[in-house]
Amino acid sequence: MVSTVKDPVLAVISLSGGNDGLNTVIPYNDPRYRDYRPALGVPEEQIIPITDQLGLHPALAPLKKYWDEGHLAIIQGIGYPNGSLSHFRSMDIWATCEPDELGITGWLGSVIHDVDPTGENVLTGVNFGRGLPRSLAKEGVPVASVGNLASYGLLTDIGADAQRTEALDLFGRMYAPAIGQGAVDDYIRRTGMEALKGADILSTAPGMYRSEIEYPSTAMGGYLRDMAQVHNAGFGTRVLFTTAPYNIFDTHANQAVGHSNLLQDVSVSIDSFMADIRQLGKSDNVTLFCYSEFGRRAMDNGSGTDHGTGGVAFALGEHVKGGLYGEYPSLEPGKLEDGGNLQHNVDFRRAYTSLLDNWMGLDAKAIVGGNYEDLGFI
Amino acid sequence: MSDQQISLMAHLLRRAGYGASRDEIEARVAQGYDSVVEELLTPGDDPGIEEDLMYRAYPSYFDKAAIETGQTEWVYRMINNKYQLKEKMSLFWHTILCAGDNKVDNARTTAIQIDKFRDMGMGNFKDLLMMLSTDPAMLYYLDNIESHKTAVNENYGRELLELFSIGVGMDNEFNYTEDDVKACARAFTGWNLAPTIPVFPYGRTPFEFRFDPADHDYGEKTFLGETGNWDGGDIVDIICKQPATARFVARKLYDFFVADEPPVPSWRLSEPRDMDAIKQLEKAYFDSGYEITAMLRVLLNSDFFKDEGVHFAKVKSPADVVIGTMRMVGDHLEPKPGLFFVAMEPKYMGLDLMNPPTVEGWHMGREWINSGSLIDRINFASSMLGNTELPGVKSMINRLMDIGETPSSEQFLDGCLDLLGPMDLADETRGQLTDHLNAGGALKHGTEVEQTEFARRTGETLQMIATTSEFQFS
Repeated sequence: MVSTVKDPVLAVISLSGGNDGLNTVIPYNDPRYRDYRPALGVPEEQIIPITDQLGLHPALAPLKKYWDEGHLAIIQGIGYPNGSLSHFRSMDIWATCEPDELGITGWLGSVIHDVDPTGENVLTGVNFGRGLPRSLAKEGVPVASVGNLASYGLLTDIGADAQRTEALDLFGRMYAPAIGQGAVDDYIRRTGMEALKGADILSTAPGMYRSEIEYPSTAMGGYLRDMAQVHNAGFGTRVLFTTAPYNIFDTHANQAVGHSNLLQDVSVSIDSFMADIRQLGKSDNVTLFCYSEFGRRAMDNGSGTDHGTGGVAFALGEHVKGGLYGEYPSLEPGKLEDGGNLQHNVDFRRAYTSLLDNWMGLDAKAIVGGNYEDLGFI
Repeated sequence: MSDQQISLMAHLLRRAGYGASRDEIEARVAQGYDSVVEELLTPGDDPGIEEDLMYRAYPSYFDKAAIETGQTEWVYRMINNKYQLKEKMSLFWHTILCAGDNKVDNARTTAIQIDKFRDMGMGNFKDLLMMLSTDPAMLYYLDNIESHKTAVNENYGRELLELFSIGVGMDNEFNYTEDDVKACARAFTGWNLAPTIPVFPYGRTPFEFRFDPADHDYGEKTFLGETGNWDGGDIVDIICKQPATARFVARKLYDFFVADEPPVPSWRLSEPRDMDAIKQLEKAYFDSGYEITAMLRVLLNSDFFKDEGVHFAKVKSPADVVIGTMRMVGDHLEPKPGLFFVAMEPKYMGLDLMNPPTVEGWHMGREWINSGSLIDRINFASSMLGNTELPGVKSMINRLMDIGETPSSEQFLDGCLDLLGPMDLADETRGQLTDHLNAGGALKHGTEVEQTEFARRTGETLQMIATTSEFQFS
């Protein structure tokens, strides 16, 4: 069903590196789980059951209440045909919806464009992190990339406020006139003014934000806190994006401790974010989607897990219909893909379709490149 | 020495390298333009940096298991390689003959490809194409490893023609047909990789090239009008003698070193910006038997390169912004902590080294600029140039003090612009900066207090010049 929420916002978190789906949502009643995970099996008494077959990794405890409320959708066995085991290729595929070609346009770049075709608002899409992630890339679409909201902007190296204000003033005066030095120069000046405007607006966000909610003092915690502040400020931002630090979910070794810490970081950060925007009374128009470019190998390697295919994704929000979507991939040896990977049974473009058609009210078909069946979690 | 000589030398060192300090520019003018060009064209056999020192300070550079390590090492070389043209040619070829580690997923193999571009980038184009056709990163990136005698994958065969050598067309004609693509791809069947070692636990080992005769199509092929039992080597031979290949290399060199050209796919219908220049380069290509250095010699000595109309006519690439700034301020001229953060900057500005967005490489020129990348470009350059502790900035402060006891705002600003280029500003921009300087009072530097203030205002002015749209051009 298409949601009727005004100005819906899509917040996307990418767990870069390949999150181990099998140890995230755990088929604790399947004896094969223990066979595959001699070194990394999560002790049964620690698993948080959500059905009589499946349970959450203990580090996901902060998210259990959203499951109980019916606001957490778990998409099992998510992936795409002929899954690539290369992080970067697979990230690209999730970012561009182009499994056969090297695409350059990101799905969220298209979303920003469709929401704001004339680029009136330079903050329709905001990335939390540095550089421009492929998911947000589209020619002519401005995206602010905020490494740290508190220090975001132009000339941030100038410490003294008065001096910086003066410098920004001067910058504005230098960039304002289109002085006919040529098309490229005019373009740079226009872009400079856009950047200044975006930075100016964003710099007011912290001042509007009052909150007691604590976030983890990690990169993810910081990004989600910045995300809450920008959302709270009401700049008309409709796409919020962040990604876990570079490839950090790539747990080939020492996974037991490492993965648990990572999940803890993500789940506490998400819980803080949700609690925060609820307290601010601004949670109604937000849907959060969290994914990783692939899952990991069913069999552990004694210390960690290698790259796999089918994985797990989450959608969370007041308008999300909680529950399980797709099927848990079979652990039967005969049902594993080449090399012992869990088979996907939900194409990620189905999840995107649900988010775009039903939540953002856009035409998903054009963005994801075809007709994909709605998963029904919105 | 005249302003014009300084200007020209600065232009040469910015294009045929990553720029230079004012001291070096002056020394090079004294050496003479022709002699400097010849020196750039004939690098020594040594690595151009003190590799021992570098590997001792950064042991991980020796075995680049992660792509960031390879990127950081490359940035170190860009800043410090005394053979600047040779170093810049590694980037030149990477932007054309590009493979991406986002697909290869083997940082060691990808970094080795860059080393090969550095070693062979000023050599013979035929050798370069042969190297490319046996390069494991490329064979993996463009799926030649999936190209078999009985099931040909055309990806490498096609891009070799379309993007790496001939180009789709010129002078309104197509340069090759789909049948040529098929013949080309068939000739490269069996050009494959040796079996690879499992990735766990030590990461990927470098891929190795292996020719598999059993998987090679030895049959007869007709390629660009010539019929025979061609294999890949024959194809490269035939490619190299095409006029379209001379045009391709000439236009690419012009685009990189002289002035921005449109992207390759439009070359069938778009005339070169300067056909006469292209003809001179094409002639050098054939006269020398495909030697890149011979083409560069013509280019760097030509009037079309020296022409003031092309100075600052190119939008700086992120590498030009980052490396150019580091060389100007004289930082990281030897191993020290913090290089990693500098080396990630090109990525934030849109040039993720060894991870091109597609096989077509990066769209350059104005497409380097968007609101995110512009903020990064401005913040990076202005924070470096505003740091009055850095040796290059200190030297600029000293030179500015030499202008006179109390330089006028105009004189001072001209001095700054001279040291940062020499570059020019639009009158309006210049007016804004002069007003700002006037408002700050006289620029004295007699007493120690005045000197501190003078240094601060120099830093501030350099910083503001680094924010201008003019500074975005090289």
